[in-house]
Amino acid sequence: MIDKRVSSAADAVADVFDGATIMIGGFGEAGSPVELIHALIDQGASGLTVISNNTGSGEVGLAALLKARRVTKVVCSFPRTANSTVFPELYREGFTELELVPQGTLAERIRAGGAGVPAFYTPTAVGTPLAEGKESREFDGREYLLEHGLTADFALIKGRVADAHGNVIYNKTARNFGPPMAMAARVAIVQAERVVDPGGLDPESVVTPGIFVERVVEIATPVHESELVAAGVSYP
Amino acid sequence: MSTNTAIAGRTREEMAQRLARDIPNGSYVNLGIGIPELIARFVPEGRTFVYHTENGLLGMGPSPEAGAGDPELINAGKRHVTAMPGAAYFHHADSFAMIRGGHLDLSVLGALQVAQHGDLANWSTGEPDAIPAVGGAMDLVAGVKHVYVITQHTTKTGAPKLVESCSYPLTGRGVVDRVYTNLAVIEVTPEGFRVVELSPGVDFDTVQNHTGATLLRPSGDPNDE
Repeated sequence: MIDKRVSSAADAVADVFDGATIMIGGFGEAGSPVELIHALIDQGASGLTVISNNTGSGEVGLAALLKARRVTKVVCSFPRTANSTVFPELYREGFTELELVPQGTLAERIRAGGAGVPAFYTPTAVGTPLAEGKESREFDGREYLLEHGLTADFALIKGRVADAHGNVIYNKTARNFGPPMAMAARVAIVQAERVVDPGGLDPESVVTPGIFVERVVEIATPVHESELVAAGVSYP
Repeated sequence: MSTNTAIAGRTREEMAQRLARDIPNGSYVNLGIGIPELIARFVPEGRTFVYHTENGLLGMGPSPEAGAGDPELINAGKRHVTAMPGAAYFHHADSFAMIRGGHLDLSVLGALQVAQHGDLANWSTGEPDAIPAVGGAMDLVAGVKHVYVITQHTTKTGAPKLVESCSYPLTGRGVVDRVYTNLAVIEVTPEGFRVVELSPGVDFDTVQNHTGATLLRPSGDPNDE
């Protein structure tokens, strides 16, 4: 019998080790797995590399993980937010390194990593400062850059409904980086509002097939990052 | 170049309305943050555009009523939006396959600078203390079939945004097709910037005086050199 359910967010992240590379889903607050991130802060792993589109807002979720000085490198397309000074301060201090990646290149590097493709050519960023130091090659008269696939030790992902086999469906634009990150991480951990028995999801509607997911944990009423930020919450 | 900041010409809304007139019916369009977002208000009668937002929605609709927003239904500017009938959600790798794979018809972006051969700078002023952030702009300009820039003709201090070559870090090289400003509609041609249309009440010399590159006159203009 396959059962990927774990009983709590704490159990789900218990084996994250110092120096791990972690993909964290979300675009702004949509799809940000706040409960899993808070469990990771409680768990204490440090020296982490985080691959995520943004760097969080306020002092909760991803921003709180950064503020706790657990992250020494971020791989990210847009690390600026209107309402957070956490990342800028750590970056200027030199504590957290930044690898800036165009958003589509970031998504494709993650997809490629999960698909067993070590590198690919893309037209994005040709002729820009982000092309510096990268191999380039011409195909049919156009220049392309070589970009490398990304993999990770863990991924933290927010879904809407999952089943015990790890199949996942998402909610609206909260899907964003979840599916490619589930593919690219050795241990993909999904929090979902409902976790059902096998047969509880229509196979035609499954977005992330369970083979890509190692653990699912039910978080029935996830917090919304913007509400915590508006309330001035600082985690822990 | 002039430092006069009180220039006549189109308002932001009129610029958006003018650009919307040039989008064919049925186009798949990605609108950037800022003035580009206004275009959705000015869809000409009888036309339908399908809006793409790179965080995973095709068929994006207008903002919901205040208080009715869903934090998991947002646009690339992270503002609450709605989904139109016929909309589709998808993940980021698919979203950028649409962009990079040439499936979108038009990307409308803001600009810090546009160079006369179509180079675009719109993500960084290159200040050493700035936190670099690029988002999806480099992917959009590399992959979408047509790239239109909508911007004020000059900066707030009157410096030209249309220039011979960009001093800011590039977003893409030779990617811009057209520029819609408060003063004119300008096409990027192999010979450089060509004025397609002057804004009402604006003459060619005024546009030239606020531009950091030599402008070509509209095709068919008797003063054409």
